[in-house]
Amino acid sequence: MSKPLVVFDKVQKHFGKFVAVKELDFEIREGEFLAIMGPSGCGKTTTLRMLAGLEAPTHGEIRLNERVMNDVPPHERDTPLVWQSLALFPFLTARENVEFGLKMRGVDKAERKERAIKWLDKMGILEFENRHISTLSGGQKQRVALARSLVMEPQILLLDEPLSALDAHLVIRMQAVLTDLQRELGITFVYVTHSQSEAFAMADRVIIMGKGEIGQIGTPKEIYRAPANQFVAEFVGRNNILAGKVKTVDGGTACIATTSGEFTVPSNGVPLVEGLNASFVISADLVHIATKEPSGENKAYCKLISEEFVGSMVTLFLEDAQRQEFKVQMQERELSKFDLHSGDEIWLSWDAQSAHVLNES
Amino acid sequence: MKQSRSLNFILGSYVVLIFAFVFAPIIFSMIFSFNSQRFPTIPLGEFSTEWYAKVLADPDIWKAARNSLIVSCSTAVIATFLGFCTAYSDFRYNFRFKGPYLALILLPPTIPLIIMALAMLAWLSKIEMSGQLYSIIIAHSVLTAPFAMAVIRLRLNQMDPDLESAAWNLGGSEWQTMRHVIVPFCKPAIFSSLFLTAAVSFDEFAVSWFVSGLNSTLPVVVLEIVQGNIDPQVNAIGTFVFLTSMTLVVLAQLFFASRQIKGMHA
Repeated sequence: MSKPLVVFDKVQKHFGKFVAVKELDFEIREGEFLAIMGPSGCGKTTTLRMLAGLEAPTHGEIRLNERVMNDVPPHERDTPLVWQSLALFPFLTARENVEFGLKMRGVDKAERKERAIKWLDKMGILEFENRHISTLSGGQKQRVALARSLVMEPQILLLDEPLSALDAHLVIRMQAVLTDLQRELGITFVYVTHSQSEAFAMADRVIIMGKGEIGQIGTPKEIYRAPANQFVAEFVGRNNILAGKVKTVDGGTACIATTSGEFTVPSNGVPLVEGLNASFVISADLVHIATKEPSGENKAYCKLISEEFVGSMVTLFLEDAQRQEFKVQMQERELSKFDLHSGDEIWLSWDAQSAHVLNES
Repeated sequence: MKQSRSLNFILGSYVVLIFAFVFAPIIFSMIFSFNSQRFPTIPLGEFSTEWYAKVLADPDIWKAARNSLIVSCSTAVIATFLGFCTAYSDFRYNFRFKGPYLALILLPPTIPLIIMALAMLAWLSKIEMSGQLYSIIIAHSVLTAPFAMAVIRLRLNQMDPDLESAAWNLGGSEWQTMRHVIVPFCKPAIFSSLFLTAAVSFDEFAVSWFVSGLNSTLPVVVLEIVQGNIDPQVNAIGTFVFLTSMTLVVLAQLFFASRQIKGMHA
């Protein structure tokens, strides 16, 4: 494993009585693409701003390359940030914007120009070098903002929801640009977003934050298939969450009794005690549908409430007799074999091994 | 659409009437400044530049014009600097009593000029600073700084607050950021404020008259002439003062307008 570039050591941030960040303890590894994801107000932007020195931690330490950064003013850090608002200087041209940081660092004019042109070219916007910012399109501005930060040749690049102002098709394209850049340059990216698709598509590791705390740190796959707790499971969406009481524990598996019936789940090392509350999740894409009652266990008989199409994928929203909600995700062409309409009733089933028990219930 | 046509006609005439009331006296004064007759009567006499020649030959008027120029230029620079500083402190910082602080800054224009002039005279003579050219500059700076502050504050409010942080983030110290981001962003408003405060100072009579002593400015000289007798020289000076002020105000407006347009794009 590569060594940590940044360490957050028991970091807290209070604004008066409001606690924006409760306690953060995590490392950012050199060269990784880390996404910090969470609902608005979860403290993810505050975390990023503390790393850039725009906010000072109330408690704890932030170390960059083993140096304590708490009292280092922002202009002495090498942590360029790509802003949600882009924050491009409207009175400068595209190239002057890119040169700005170099100018502040006292780089001479000729070198400034050369490096700015190199980066504008790399971002494919060299033809706009002398255009004013207000005359550029959203995607072009985005590229100027990236070039302005990357021209500093930093070890770490901070990105604060940089794609939130772009049209959907541009978002996909910029995601590819960002991942390619990160691989090619090998620098660390810390990417703050509320969008699961952005985080999961690009990041090596994802931190899920909620109410100023870390819900889970892991690879996108770990977080998707094995959410650590209810908050993460709910935030990641497209999960069916069932809660009940542990009925029996038998070696590696347990039986959990819920209002919708009894289900077998692998305990995955989670300490389950008979008679206590427990909940588990089952990803919506691992649930199968059938018109006839399936023979195995882990099934539910549900009524179809609604469907949602995204491209060729369909999400079915269902409810059983006990009003427990279920979600099923599948290919549209699979679904078309069933000829379902809202109000129709159907069997759901899944493999016991696809269920995942939550650690805290 | 007949109704809107007649409405347009009424509104149009209303605007024309207002402009007529505002500008007619000035235009008459301009016309009479080229009239050969001593008294402003109709029918007019011949076209003449006699009064202009007389004005240009008068050393007192030259001195007053020089004084006015020095006072308005100095006032413009000082008031704009003060206005910029207060506007920036309002933009950047939050502190207790910020409301009263802003109210105090914006107070001077609401005080009747004559009261302001008397207070200024009393205060400046107490500290033995009255009767000098700089006395007028001090008084005018106090009077016009709120206008400068208002104009620059409007501009700062259009600024993305992230812009300043972005400059720090890219390695700019606070002073570098002030020089390379805040001032360039406010440039149109700064010019607008310079012209506006210069215009107000150039025209101002009451305060100048009280605190100027022997260092009269143009408006003060005009009153002194008028007090003595009826002299069409006043029309000539008036025309000059009017054109100067109008030029300054128009320049201020041009910068203001360009700023608005840029602001919309930004």
